[in-house]
Amino acid sequence: MAKHDFKQVLEPTPFHARVDEQSLVKNWTSWNGYQTARVYDTLASEYFAIRSSCSVMDLTPMEKYRITGPDAFKFLSHLVVRDISKLQVGRVTYVLWCNDEGKVLDDGTIFQLAENDYRLCSQHHQLDWLLLSSLGMDVNISKETHEVAALAIQGPTSCSVLTEAGFRGLAQLKPFRVLQTNLHGFEVMISRTGYTGDLGYELWTSPENALELWDAIFAVQNLYNIRPVGLDALEIVRIEAGFIMPGDDFNTAETTVRADHDRSPFELGMDWVVNFNKPYFTGKRALIAEQALPIRRRLVKMSVKGNKPPADSFLYDGKSGKRIGTIKSQVWSPILKANLAMADVEYRNGVAPSEVWAEIYYQKELEWRATWAECRIIDKPFWSHPRRSATPPGQF
Amino acid sequence: MTRSVIIVGGGHNGLICAAYLAKAGYEVKLVEARDRVGGGASTVSFAGGYSVSGLAHILHSLNEKVCRDLNLAGAGLKAGPAVDTISLDRQGRHLTLGANTASGDGLSQKDIDAYRSFKNEYRAYAAALDPLMMNKPPRLKDMDGRDKLTLAKIGMKLRFGLGAKSMREFLRVGGINIYDILNEVFDNESLKGAIALDAVLGHHMGPRTPNTVLAYLHRLRGENQGLPTLPPGGMGQVTQAISDAAHGFGATIRTGEKVKRILVSDGKTSGVELSNGEQLHADIVVSNADAKTTFLDLVGTGELDAMFAHRVNQTRCKGTVAKVYLALSELPQFGDLSPEQLGHRLLVAPDMRYLEHAFNFAKYGEFSRAPVLEITVPSIADTSLAPAGHHVMSVSAGYAPYELKEGWEQQRTIFMDKVIALVGEYAPGFEQLVVGKEILTPVDIEREYNLTGGHWHQGEMTIDQSFMMRPVHGSAQYDTPIEGLFLCGATAHPGGNVTGIPGHNAAQRILKTQGESG
Ligand SMILES: Cc1cc2nc3c(=O)[nH]c(=O)nc-3n(C[C@H](O)[C@H](O)[C@H](O)COP(=O)(O)OP(=O)(O)OC[C@H]3O[C@@H](n4cnc5c(N)ncnc54)[C@H](O)[C@@H]3O)c2cc1C
Repeated sequence: MAKHDFKQVLEPTPFHARVDEQSLVKNWTSWNGYQTARVYDTLASEYFAIRSSCSVMDLTPMEKYRITGPDAFKFLSHLVVRDISKLQVGRVTYVLWCNDEGKVLDDGTIFQLAENDYRLCSQHHQLDWLLLSSLGMDVNISKETHEVAALAIQGPTSCSVLTEAGFRGLAQLKPFRVLQTNLHGFEVMISRTGYTGDLGYELWTSPENALELWDAIFAVQNLYNIRPVGLDALEIVRIEAGFIMPGDDFNTAETTVRADHDRSPFELGMDWVVNFNKPYFTGKRALIAEQALPIRRRLVKMSVKGNKPPADSFLYDGKSGKRIGTIKSQVWSPILKANLAMADVEYRNGVAPSEVWAEIYYQKELEWRATWAECRIIDKPFWSHPRRSATPPGQF
Repeated sequence: MTRSVIIVGGGHNGLICAAYLAKAGYEVKLVEARDRVGGGASTVSFAGGYSVSGLAHILHSLNEKVCRDLNLAGAGLKAGPAVDTISLDRQGRHLTLGANTASGDGLSQKDIDAYRSFKNEYRAYAAALDPLMMNKPPRLKDMDGRDKLTLAKIGMKLRFGLGAKSMREFLRVGGINIYDILNEVFDNESLKGAIALDAVLGHHMGPRTPNTVLAYLHRLRGENQGLPTLPPGGMGQVTQAISDAAHGFGATIRTGEKVKRILVSDGKTSGVELSNGEQLHADIVVSNADAKTTFLDLVGTGELDAMFAHRVNQTRCKGTVAKVYLALSELPQFGDLSPEQLGHRLLVAPDMRYLEHAFNFAKYGEFSRAPVLEITVPSIADTSLAPAGHHVMSVSAGYAPYELKEGWEQQRTIFMDKVIALVGEYAPGFEQLVVGKEILTPVDIEREYNLTGGHWHQGEMTIDQSFMMRPVHGSAQYDTPIEGLFLCGATAHPGGNVTGIPGHNAAQRILKTQGESG
């Protein structure tokens, strides 16, 4: 495909022609340097496409790395905090990785494509860290963000849409499994993965097939409600599903300058990904030491009472009490009719505060007001649906 | 229960560490890859019937406390003659430099006086750093009581030992280069060249490189104990005595066995595996090998945090000095120097510009067109080193960069012949006396001495690789990130030369953290 023109500030993805065509409001932003839609039309219609029919999102800007060679598994296992020994060809797993001090650098997914052949997807640019971590290992690491076009097809009717569009064998595909298939004679890899907490798939193909893939999906629009969705809708559903967003919910270790502004997996409530019963990985020593001490703070999921948006709110251990944290990101959940937030909260002696209050500043006709709202820490994802893991998924 | 220790490498520091730990009751096994102990401080034979010190040929100062504690005299350590430094001159106007005295044709009284006060002043600076030398370097974060005491002692020594004026001067010169300092103090170019050599030889530095003042102080520290000496029997005699002392305290010493890897599981070491596959198990492993060898080859990056491994990999340790051994049919004639004078330390370092030009080549991956030389003829004091009437000459020649653009394979002999020809410029007819010759470039030193980069100090002695950052942040104070694994070689604080201090300090650290007796 055509090389990026350096005079363009933002790089177009292989889907750009269609994305641009479908974008009514032209509300662009940069995602890893790519021109990306925040909203195509209206946020509400896009959100409900994800939750009640079928959504299409251009996922190409997500950072993708190809890792091959005899030590590829050893390298990945040493990189991430999770035990990935059960990974096999055709499977995907969620991972996160830390620096030497056990502070989180980023999270992502590892796809095993073949023997000694993996794809690592991450939120942020990681090539330097990957190369640095590969010292003494026989691996080849290359960035393939631009060489792989990716679409996320998510929502309750997504399986039906893709089947109608011509893909075979999807109904039997279990979560975190991969199907190598083809459409109109070109290869497409489909993984049952996503960022919405619902039924959904991610499609991977070579950039020259991008537009044909897009068109094949939208060709069945007459039968199903299918909408392209932007980053704003994604932000709502990812919080509903309880997924963390490095860089937004916490400062990634690579970008942290001030002491104590980075976060360990434990401080993000990601204990379940950390495994000490595997060979050494970067940060293990620091994390073992940290785990021996009472936890000092945690990124928690919180529902906030009322309907005032608790954007950037400070948190207190009582109304007008002691300050114990801040809200990092928050959304109004249309499906739950509640304010949901990701918040960084101090723990005392390893225990969560018994009460949390948000001080909310909001405007009424350009006049600022302040109010207090009680918050409740929630352990489970705010929203989940059995559809997410049912195999075969319901047909529509 | 007796605690067991395996020491990887029998350089003088490994031997000293072994001796201290065996003396304290530990069960000590030392494994050396070469066929003899001593590492860089050993005696080797060449050209059939000639013997010479392997790498280090001049003993600047084996630490006095180490000699006492281990009773090295009792173990057979023999002191050699103290040597002055004679800086050679093509016109025969050689300079002779003692600890405080300088003499020679063309040297002004002003320079002679300046030399005395300069040496006194700089030895005092070196002494002010002493508390730092015989202790583990203090950590800046999470200091223990001992670290605070060390820092307090340095502060006291600097402030009250030196006095306010000297203290101010010390702080001024600490970070600058020897070129500027010597130009401030002296007029005579030859004198400046000779002093500057001590600040640069063995480092990837020229006189104008920052850090050279610190490097000079490191080198000068030994003089607070007395003049350098040429040990009879070569350096191997010194390390054999240390080895015998260690053996006397109960250490087992095995040579000709290379450690292939250091066994690590769950972040803790349990021993070593030799290249023949044999495993030796112990509670503690101490490595005398340099940091890159220890961490990247023997431990392996799989057992380390990524950034730590990267930092180790980034340490600078590319050697710049080649070793040339020459067998001579008779003593050469350097102008009017007497045979007795030839027994001293001879330099080809005519002036600082010459040194800086010599260094320029190294920066670009070439060897110096006009090298700098440190020469000894140890067979003058110890005739047993050569067949009757013959002599051996040992030359440390710079700059011979580890990474030579054209590769050393074809260039090795060219550089050696250049060194011989250069000596011939000071001693006419010299080439005809050479009956045997051998050169070790840094690449050869790396291979034969198991020393990454063939570096004199097992790693550059720059301020970012010194003190609490030696060899790297995250492995100072002789500890490593691997539980039970320690460093004891020149790669650790305070660095290289045959001082025994890293080995001593590592042993103290182990005794302190692992128990005073085995
Ligand atoms: C050209 C040159 C000239 C020098 N001249 C002088 C001088 O005149 N005066 C002076 O004081 N200093 C001199 N030095 C510096 C001096 O030689 C070193 O600083 C000193 O030898 C360091 O001692 P060490 O015990 O720490 O390490 P080393 O002497 O390097 O000993 C390390 C030992 O470990 C062994 N080893 C490494 N890996 C393994 C393994 N895997 N298994 C088993 N054994 C292993 C090595 O074989 C070696 O014997 C010179 C250095 C060079 C390169």
